[in-house]
Amino acid sequence: MTFSIDGSDFIHAGEASSGAKKALTKLGVKAPVVKRAAIAMYEAELNTVIHAGGGSAEVDIYPDHVLIRVTDHGPGIPDVRLAMQEGWSTAPEAAREMGFGAGMGLPNIKKQSDELLIETEPGRGTTVTIRINFTV
Amino acid sequence: MSRLHSVKLNRDLCVGCTTCIKRCPTEAIRVRNGKAQIAENRCIDCGECIRVCPHHAKSAVMDTLDDLKGTAFNVALAAPSLYAQFGPPATRGMVLAALGLLGFDAVYEVAQGAEIVTASTAAFVQKALEEGRRPLISSACPVVVRLIQMRFPGLVENLVPFDSPMEVTADLARRQLAEKTGLPQEKIGVFFISPCPAKRTAVINPIARASSAVNGVIAISDLYPQILAGLEKMDAKTALQEGERLLTAGSTGVRWAYTGGEAIALHMERYLAVDGIHNVIEILEEVENERLHDVDFIEANACLGGCIGGPLTVANRFSAHARQRAFVSRAPEEARQGPQTAPDLPLESWKELPLPNPAMQLDEDIVQAMQKYEQLKQIVAGLPGLDCGACGAPDCEALAEDIVRGEAAETDCIFKLKERIRAVAAVMSDLGEEMNRYAPNREEDPHDTP
Repeated sequence: MTFSIDGSDFIHAGEASSGAKKALTKLGVKAPVVKRAAIAMYEAELNTVIHAGGGSAEVDIYPDHVLIRVTDHGPGIPDVRLAMQEGWSTAPEAAREMGFGAGMGLPNIKKQSDELLIETEPGRGTTVTIRINFTV
Repeated sequence: MSRLHSVKLNRDLCVGCTTCIKRCPTEAIRVRNGKAQIAENRCIDCGECIRVCPHHAKSAVMDTLDDLKGTAFNVALAAPSLYAQFGPPATRGMVLAALGLLGFDAVYEVAQGAEIVTASTAAFVQKALEEGRRPLISSACPVVVRLIQMRFPGLVENLVPFDSPMEVTADLARRQLAEKTGLPQEKIGVFFISPCPAKRTAVINPIARASSAVNGVIAISDLYPQILAGLEKMDAKTALQEGERLLTAGSTGVRWAYTGGEAIALHMERYLAVDGIHNVIEILEEVENERLHDVDFIEANACLGGCIGGPLTVANRFSAHARQRAFVSRAPEEARQGPQTAPDLPLESWKELPLPNPAMQLDEDIVQAMQKYEQLKQIVAGLPGLDCGACGAPDCEALAEDIVRGEAAETDCIFKLKERIRAVAAVMSDLGEEMNRYAPNREEDPHDTP
């Protein structure tokens, strides 16, 4: 499944993760796992809206796990180690005023996922790959 | 008629339009052979179809006063929303007294049960918040509980694990009346006077308990004319005496009739009150995505306005709201026989949480389900995407799902059907030409004489 994510559109942010959630539920994936996938994907999706003017998300579902790959062509993450710290945020003021950008995005993704891979290149963009296993 | 639900279709009135299929929050309705059909495993008894059907083909299946005949001693449980159906000079007590005149031996205010639930919920929420569990979701609206079981199974754990005010009041009435009359339980009939069909479903198919303490559920709208007549005939003395005697609840319980009432009763700052089934879905989506960090308690009502907006009420919900507010302000805050004297406190919490309802699942086996999902996506790609509903499913994706489940065919889509007819017509016309070319003699053609 491929979703495109509109940039700077907070109103529709979350549509991709909603779609993925619906699909996983139809497949009979257990509720707690669907929830983790939805939260992780939502945070990643939101990151592309806040920092990169949107991007795209690809969801590949396997019998025992799901891979979520969220890609943007934004500014990249200068220091991944720093970005993984709770409370660290480089979100623009507009996003913070709406209650986003509290510096919990990547740490929360990490918390929800079984494996997390962040590939980023300054000025070129970022790809976040999340693996969530179905066995609890 | 379904044994598990309380919404039925009058086939003669149904014209097979798309109004109800489009509004159903769980995509439970399909039009097949020109008539609407409700999928039992998906219906959550919200009553949206009853409300929106322009031909009044959908109605609630409810119990009637005739059902009182089966039991020796009968109790009416008045929903808090009952009062709001009647305006001044009627008082709460008068409404209860007029209800009693319809053949009931006792009348109880469900608002009293609501106060018992409030007291238990307040203590429970406090403890849950200390443990970092939030937000808690009210379980008072049975439609919301069933919605969560099907579409948000991950949130079952967020439900406040207590019986509804209806069940709590029924338990209380049964205990008190058995003591008072000396009758065995099976001789006591308990009837809830309800604003919605979902409450009847909650009795025949109870949530988180083995059996209901309620025998039957009667629609407010069915009793409305008789209660009104009783109120008009009531003399001042009866009104005063009987009315006072029957009041057991305070403003805390009476306020439960409209959206916000249940939450206000908890004296919490960080609550959210949402009504209307489609709005409830939006909020539950936010909860599931963990976006509501600043809310501790969610009161969710399937009906706009709360229970006063129920499909089986009579009064317009805005005027009902104004009336109910007047009843609230006239009542003392503390109940006369509310939680203080209730023997039920603290309420026992549910022994088992409501189970997830897998009605949305494509197949029990995930590999099979994935294959079906793959097929579904391919079919959707070939459909026009207009979501016109002419096939009888609410949108193209739902039709694709029906096809994958073996319940519909691609040619149910009129655009697909036209494509096929066109293709067949082209073949026919080619065939015709071919026949003419090689067997001209068989045709009577004046230009083609041998």
